[in-house]
Amino acid sequence: MEEQEFRDEVRRFLEDSLTPELKRAGQLMTSVFADFDATMEWHRILYEKGWVAPDWPKEYGGPGWNITQRYVFQEECKLANAPALLPMGLQMLGPMLIGYGTEEQKNYYLPRILSGEDVWCQGYSEPGAGSDLASLSTSAVRDGDDYLVNGSKIWTSYAQHSNRIFCLVRTSKEGPPQAGISFLLIDMDSPGIRVDPIVGLDGSVEQCQVFFDNVRVPVANLVGEENQGWSVAKYLLEFERGGQNFTVDHKKQTAKLHRQARAELNPDGIPWIDDPVFRNKMASVEVDALALEYTELRIKGALEAGANPGALSSLTKVMGTEISQRFNELSVEVMGTFITPFQHEALQPDFEGEIVGPKHGLTVMAEYINNRASTIYGGTAEIQRDIIAKRVLEL
Amino acid sequence: MHIEYTDEQNMLRDSVDKYLRDNYSFESRQAVAKSGEGFSEQQWRTFAELGWLAMTLPEEHGGFEGGALETMILCEAFGKHLVLEPYMETVVLTAGLLQEAGPDIHEKYLAGVAEGRVQGALAALEAGRQSSLRHVETRAESCAEGFKLSGSKCTVFNGPAADVFLVTARTSGDAYSAEGISLFAVDAGLPGLSRRDYPTYDGRHASELWLDGVTVPEGALVGEPGRGYPVLEKIIDRALLALSAEAVGAMDSLLAATVEYTKQRKQFGKPISRFQVLRHRMADMFMEIELTRSLMLATAYKLDQNADDASALVSALKAKVGKSGPFVGQNAIQLHGGIGMTEELSVGHYFKRIAVIENLFNSRDFHLQRYMRLTCE
Repeated sequence: MEEQEFRDEVRRFLEDSLTPELKRAGQLMTSVFADFDATMEWHRILYEKGWVAPDWPKEYGGPGWNITQRYVFQEECKLANAPALLPMGLQMLGPMLIGYGTEEQKNYYLPRILSGEDVWCQGYSEPGAGSDLASLSTSAVRDGDDYLVNGSKIWTSYAQHSNRIFCLVRTSKEGPPQAGISFLLIDMDSPGIRVDPIVGLDGSVEQCQVFFDNVRVPVANLVGEENQGWSVAKYLLEFERGGQNFTVDHKKQTAKLHRQARAELNPDGIPWIDDPVFRNKMASVEVDALALEYTELRIKGALEAGANPGALSSLTKVMGTEISQRFNELSVEVMGTFITPFQHEALQPDFEGEIVGPKHGLTVMAEYINNRASTIYGGTAEIQRDIIAKRVLEL
Repeated sequence: MHIEYTDEQNMLRDSVDKYLRDNYSFESRQAVAKSGEGFSEQQWRTFAELGWLAMTLPEEHGGFEGGALETMILCEAFGKHLVLEPYMETVVLTAGLLQEAGPDIHEKYLAGVAEGRVQGALAALEAGRQSSLRHVETRAESCAEGFKLSGSKCTVFNGPAADVFLVTARTSGDAYSAEGISLFAVDAGLPGLSRRDYPTYDGRHASELWLDGVTVPEGALVGEPGRGYPVLEKIIDRALLALSAEAVGAMDSLLAATVEYTKQRKQFGKPISRFQVLRHRMADMFMEIELTRSLMLATAYKLDQNADDASALVSALKAKVGKSGPFVGQNAIQLHGGIGMTEELSVGHYFKRIAVIENLFNSRDFHLQRYMRLTCE
């Protein structure tokens, strides 16, 4: 199918299926997550349509799209303000199970990810193992047909909504730290699991700490070989870093900033967008975003030719997040003192009251705050630069 | 020119710091921030008892005649300990503006401010044009009783607690003209005055304010009619020093917390403070803070001397804070990692306060341009 034809089809579908409430949830996103209920409602709609897992092979329930079609779909969803789907099951665990899971695991878990029956969270980071993930210490010790899991995971996004968690656990202390790690699937309702919410700086709960106290996990829930979990983990991390297409986000941010800069006036009473100094700053960010857009196109070309983007995914992650943060800063500047009202309730899709300040300023401060996390999660900007230095420059 | 804290100033600095260290923990601050009050009445009374509120007020109203340096010292400590109490709003802005008024107004409010009984708020900004203090559409018409005020104001910090609002209203001139702006002391509770209160991201409270034919007596006029803007500019220079000093104090705390955290946080088998990229980042944070501090000290000195270049220094300082503030705040979070993004740790709360400060009374570009205007023309 021609690209334009496909795009039209996607647009028609989005027009028909995205209710005003779902769009509202998308518009009110101030981080990578949207309101949970809206997210799952949209998930089910896409599932019905057969479009919920664009990156999965057709035999496992994917729509069988090529790379261009997947880009187009992602782009159109974002431009239409669809709430973002949770990536943990669809984009992280799913492809990983397809690559490393047993037939039983695939047959059991994949359909439940597609339907939304299972909601997964990711148990990687620990209080003592962040950038140095391989030093993780949550242990899984064999006890008959089970593992006994003890320890704690942190920054577990949406654990409070999840019924399952995929975890990196230590099964051996022999050899280098990477060698003794295994990949386990765990039911969140297993006895011995406790979930503590972590309140973020914007007042909302997206992150949790998950505690494991002698949690029994069947050995059948091991993915890949015991002590071979690191290669599975790395596959996922590369996905987490490079699997995002920043260009669409930047385009949306550009449009948003332009709207704000046209509506708000500078101290001389002219719209910010006509203020030469501010224009220059906008252009500076937009040019960097354009350069990244063409870089992403080069990567897409490499993917289509069957190559692995490798460490280039670190480039897009660093530049994509840092450019995005600069857009946030410019929006803050334009909104001036209207960044100050803390209106947590007004960010919920079902809010019907009156807001303080202009509508186009409502999410600005929360976005500025929350997006600081983007240069921390999925490998910090410092770690990514290390990867480029080591793997690309061979320093 | 002496550009360092004097012994006397160091004593004041140490005593303020000591009180806050012992009596103003982050945990108690958070409890107050979440209480819906915006600040602690009890702390405010203690600030009065300690003489902090009277520090810069005239002697005949119980004050100590302090100047910009004292304001700076207090606000630096407030920033360091993330103090919520509305010192800038009530003492620097409200009392500062009221001192420009006649003796009747002094009598009415200043002793109350010094004793911690009177709270104030500046109501100068208007929605849609909130980046300019010159943009005033609120009108003040002469009437038999004095003046009748009509219009609306946005971003009135400390609005919910204010006993008196300092309101800008136009007695003549066009919307953006500096001429024709008058200042009025408007008592809270007057008929025709209404508010919508809201919490702010930095743990305080502010209001939108509506004036629907609020009648005030002739004596409520602060300064000359139509000549309010230069008065406002003068006092806002003081407020900019206060805010910048607060930012310096906050940056000090952020750097201290970051240095401490990176020394104890171990990854890859060693404290992360051993990684050169992080060491250099913290060295850069240090340099930014010290440069800002130098401008802060110089600005306070110049303001106290009524120097010709005092306003240029004020803008240089605020512009510098607009660069060092986000740099230090953002990197403090970055170097803390995930924990820096949580409500539990103070780091993010300093970050949020700095973000608000950056945007109060205009951000960096405005002050860079004002600096050039004041120095080149």
